[in-house]
Amino acid sequence: MAQHDHGKHGGRTYWLDRKGNVAKVFYALILIDVLWLAADFLYKKKAEFDAWGGWADGGFGFYPVYGFVGAFLLVLAAKQMRRVLMRSEDYYERRRGGGSST
Amino acid sequence: MAEFLLSPPLLLMLGSVVLAAVPRNVLPRTVLRALLLALPVYSLWRFWGLDFGDYAQFELFGQTLTLVRIDPLSRIFVVIFHLAALIGSIYSFYVRDNFQPLVGVFYAGSALGVVLAGDLWSLFLFWEVAAVSSALLVWVRRSGPAAGAGLRYLGMQMVSGVLLLAGIVLLRHEVGAAPGWAEFRNLTGFLEDGGLGFSNLAATLIFLAFGLKAAFPLLHSWLIDAYPESTPAGAVFLSAFTTKFAIYALARAFPGQSELIWIGALMTAFPIFFAVIENDLRRVLAYSMTNQLGFMVVGIGIGTELAINGAVAHAFADILFKGLLFMAMGAVLYRVGHVNGSDLGGLYKSMPITTGLCIIGAASISAFPLFSAFATKSLIMSAAVYKEYFWLWLVLLFASAGVFHHAGIKIPFFAFFHHDSGIRCKEAPRSMIVAMVLAAAASMTIGLLPLAGLWFGTANPFYELLPYPVHYEVYTTTHVITQSQLLFFSALAFATLMRTGLYPPELRSVNLDADWLYRRVGLRIWDGVATAFTATHRTGYAVAGRLAAAALETAQRHLGPQGFLGRSWLTASMALWVAVLLAAYLVVFYWRLG
Repeated sequence: MAQHDHGKHGGRTYWLDRKGNVAKVFYALILIDVLWLAADFLYKKKAEFDAWGGWADGGFGFYPVYGFVGAFLLVLAAKQMRRVLMRSEDYYERRRGGGSST
Repeated sequence: MAEFLLSPPLLLMLGSVVLAAVPRNVLPRTVLRALLLALPVYSLWRFWGLDFGDYAQFELFGQTLTLVRIDPLSRIFVVIFHLAALIGSIYSFYVRDNFQPLVGVFYAGSALGVVLAGDLWSLFLFWEVAAVSSALLVWVRRSGPAAGAGLRYLGMQMVSGVLLLAGIVLLRHEVGAAPGWAEFRNLTGFLEDGGLGFSNLAATLIFLAFGLKAAFPLLHSWLIDAYPESTPAGAVFLSAFTTKFAIYALARAFPGQSELIWIGALMTAFPIFFAVIENDLRRVLAYSMTNQLGFMVVGIGIGTELAINGAVAHAFADILFKGLLFMAMGAVLYRVGHVNGSDLGGLYKSMPITTGLCIIGAASISAFPLFSAFATKSLIMSAAVYKEYFWLWLVLLFASAGVFHHAGIKIPFFAFFHHDSGIRCKEAPRSMIVAMVLAAAASMTIGLLPLAGLWFGTANPFYELLPYPVHYEVYTTTHVITQSQLLFFSALAFATLMRTGLYPPELRSVNLDADWLYRRVGLRIWDGVATAFTATHRTGYAVAGRLAAAALETAQRHLGPQGFLGRSWLTASMALWVAVLLAAYLVVFYWRLG
């Protein structure tokens, strides 16, 4: 079974243990995203759908915008769902507890 | 006889029963395990030598039942079910007890029975055997929550069985004979006759029976409830079979059924919201499974050759990458004792190999180029585009970004990275690692084969296994770039939300889902009915008691020693009354004559 050790792992400091390096990963991700966005200049896309003036799958930056906004709104919406759906861990065990449902 | 005993379903089921019956002191554990692994290997090798057609037929009550019917649709499921049985068995060798792999192989046999069944009766038989044997894999955890979840799981599986049986019986009434292969293959026609006749009802019942096991919305919560309560190995077996043979059954009976498109689209979208706020990482995987099943259901609903190929290929790939993710989380559960995202983190230091393999699973489910889902889900997406389903395509694209978010990032991030939880444990046991490596290698092979075909012109044995010929190029410039853009910008959204603190923290909690309807509302109604029944019973008992007491008292008053009728009468008064009676009789007699 697992043990808890809030010190270093076997006296070793990992690269990701340094806060600055986590930031480096974030900036690297931004750089990668900029490069993928720039890739839209490198080839010609053919729009399959007429909707949204053909931007939906043929225009510049559609997939990046859709991916970013979609994932962003997904998380914010899910966060709001907690207000309605979240209960304590033993919610179903308190079968005949009665009283409030929160 | 050999044709029956050596058919894939019976070979695995009977083989595991025989191995379970061998006393422990007769066969060393290693030999037993070798024999157990030999079962799926031999069965697959034997199956591979068979041509398309019917095998193992027999007459029962004047009906011909076909246990084995091989065609391109069943063949691919037979292959992957054997692989899943093999990988799951190897994984489960981390415990000394062989109960789990034995039940797992038995369960795999019943799943093979479902996909090979050549008529609806045989299908029903294996459908039920699979339900019971899989419930054992939930109960094997031997905990309170697992006992309850297993019971609810079995209850829902039985509902599916009853629906299926009712549908088959009605269908028999309609076609006037045993519903066989033609009906099984052609239920779409029955469902679309539009009337309220028996055939329509029969097809609807069977549709719901399949849909329950394929985790249709509102019928899905048994999966979310039960799979995460199982053991590490139990969940791996469970994730492979039931939902996938339901997909097979839908693909067989309802290809092109348009309702499936929107049912499937809903399945891809709604679970990802739950997955974001779920704390139990194996429950996140269960939601993710519903989401992936949604893609397959959409493919079956579209119904073109490309779409059906996509659905089946994705089912194949899903068994491997979802199995891999369940195996990785199972390894964490085994070493740490729980898989709560709120209490994990930093495990990459203790379990680097598991971390790496989990990332391969995450990349596969997210459909990164070079990984399996890229070569399978794309077929479904393109089928939607070719049929010009614009809104459907937008939903699927959103779900694709979402699946990367919760399964691709959330699972590895909260388990292995994030903040260091201070948990220090050993790397996963060897058997677990071997099984994970096999699943990871298979997932990558599926993703790389189309690329190899493009560059070197090599054949793609995976695509050749699909039910229809594949004329589709996965690795086009547009496809690789757009998919990478979608995923990397989804990752950027996650990173931004984390850095700005907007990302909802992992919390120890329960989130209400459809099972709330029977675990809370249903129970409340049941309690209400029970209370009302008890009250009625008590009142009725009291009223009846009072009436009986009153009757007794009246009887006692009249018939008792002091009662009017119970008294001793004088002989003289009796003679007088008899004389009065006779006189009255004479009067009446003469009056009547006169």
